[in-house]
Amino acid sequence: MNVGLPHFLTVSAVLFALGLFAVMSRRNTVAILMGVELMLNAANVNFVAFSRYVQRGIDGQMMAAFVIVLAAAEAAVALAIVLAMYRNYGTVNADTAQSLKR
Amino acid sequence: MELLHVKIPSWSDLQYWLPEAVLCVTFLLGLLGDIMSRGRRPVVAFAISVVGLLAAGALAIADINAVAPAGGRAIMGDLMVVDGMAIFFRLLFIFAGLATVLFAWTSEEIMGRRRENKGEFFVLTTLMTVAMMVMAEARDMLMLYLSMEGVGLTSYVMAGYMRTSLRSTEASIKYVIFGSVSSAIMLYGLSLLYGMTGSLQFSGIRDVLLGGGAEPFGLLVAVVLILAGMSYKIAAVPFHFWCPDVYEGAPTPVAALFSVGPKAAGFALMIRFFYSTFAAGTNIAASDALIKTINWPLLVSVISAVTMTYGNLVALRQTNVKRMLAYSSIAHVGYLLMGFVLLSEMGLASILFYLLVYTLMNLGAFFFVVAVNNHLKSEQLEDYKGLGYRMPWAGVMMVVFLGSLTGVPPFAGFVGKLYLFMAVMDRQWFWLVIIAGLNSVISLYYYFRVAKVMWLSRPDEGHDSPLRLTWLQYTVLACLAVPTLALGLYFGAFKDLADAGIRTMAGG
Repeated sequence: MNVGLPHFLTVSAVLFALGLFAVMSRRNTVAILMGVELMLNAANVNFVAFSRYVQRGIDGQMMAAFVIVLAAAEAAVALAIVLAMYRNYGTVNADTAQSLKR
Repeated sequence: MELLHVKIPSWSDLQYWLPEAVLCVTFLLGLLGDIMSRGRRPVVAFAISVVGLLAAGALAIADINAVAPAGGRAIMGDLMVVDGMAIFFRLLFIFAGLATVLFAWTSEEIMGRRRENKGEFFVLTTLMTVAMMVMAEARDMLMLYLSMEGVGLTSYVMAGYMRTSLRSTEASIKYVIFGSVSSAIMLYGLSLLYGMTGSLQFSGIRDVLLGGGAEPFGLLVAVVLILAGMSYKIAAVPFHFWCPDVYEGAPTPVAALFSVGPKAAGFALMIRFFYSTFAAGTNIAASDALIKTINWPLLVSVISAVTMTYGNLVALRQTNVKRMLAYSSIAHVGYLLMGFVLLSEMGLASILFYLLVYTLMNLGAFFFVVAVNNHLKSEQLEDYKGLGYRMPWAGVMMVVFLGSLTGVPPFAGFVGKLYLFMAVMDRQWFWLVIIAGLNSVISLYYYFRVAKVMWLSRPDEGHDSPLRLTWLQYTVLACLAVPTLALGLYFGAFKDLADAGIRTMAGG
């Protein structure tokens, strides 16, 4: 079988959908953040695949490298905030943070 | 085709990027100073930040005349551009950052005796200012994403600044979840756009689109995803959910900065991105071909109408002043988006001018809330009863800010709105201008309710002692109130600056 652009795009679309589903359905903030990682990586797969098959350069790969670094930075900040939430609320369940009026 | 589109940056580029470079150094020095004093002397970080912001401001002002051939100057290969618009936003962000740093120094929420790591606040504000400036300069997907995340990451931390406070923690957890999800959605949209055009650069994308090389449905999906991420940044409906909660929970000086800085930066980014990829700058005739493939102005105009109506209607029934100001800021985003859909120079210039006015009046209103919160530890409207008699000078200035936010004549808000509405009329979007007019009338009610509670009812017995503000608070408030008044009477120079900013926008 010859693996081409459509295969990569399918994988990334599935990854993105799974990530979005995790974000919407999970109540645990850590699980939500894992969903976000899936979504970011879906975009990364796209970037790398497009740079190989469409642009035939390395722009997309460079972009993906930066996104990976930023995703790590974002995870660090987000987990620090989740930790602060655990200290204050005693749980990391997103539903418990309801002290602000809606 | 070249393998990598980024050229090796030359040092000579940096002379046009000095304000940002100075602020980067300021950030590092401030952080170092704060660590050296083991977090016990916030004044070190404060002083370094103020000096750095002042120096950057002076350099940015010196640049107004020194710049620019039409089309601006490319920075770092072609990742960023310093053109008239970037210069305008630079000044705006430095001003907002400086005002926030100064006023936060007097805020109990940041500087209260039991707070930790006070110095870090000022350092983070400096970092956020740089990131916002880069947002206004980016003309490449890479820089677009990096700068948006830069603003995002600092703002998540700042929202949760009061680590032991439940409300502050909740604000930051909501912000980080909404923020990271929407930026991931935007990134996916960007990746699709890259796939369809094979370019990360805005100008390269437009060249391909003009050649008709993109499939309309795919383009629509990409634009919707990208627009989702950007509407989150400016808090436009339906991506506004985080906004009231974050503003209410975050420390008030932080909310003040959020309500102007990232919003203005989001607008700068949207203008740069949409006008150099999906439109041919402000050249209406040339844009038509691009609009035919994807009619984003119609999409955004609907968002604009819904955003202003929603913001105003929900603001009507708020009892917490900070939350009311949050909804009012959503409504103002609705007004601003009107200028964005017009595809005319006039529309963009009126956005810039309105953002300037909005920065002055909204920072002022939020800072008044900070000053009150220092004494009363409350933001509830009922506690504002008779406040005008307890802090008369600040009370008068608050009325100026509220009047300007409503957009009534002697104040700057009126001039800003007038220009915006005129630009909309000019391009004959009559239904939009009618909705905006009705919305302005609605907003009169809730802004003046605050003024009424402050001035037309007497303070309760036992709660009528005068409240003192420090000289720094008076100075900053006056620096915001006087221009808010003066710009309503004399606005020529600043309007010219905004016009020139748009005229010399790169990629037009």
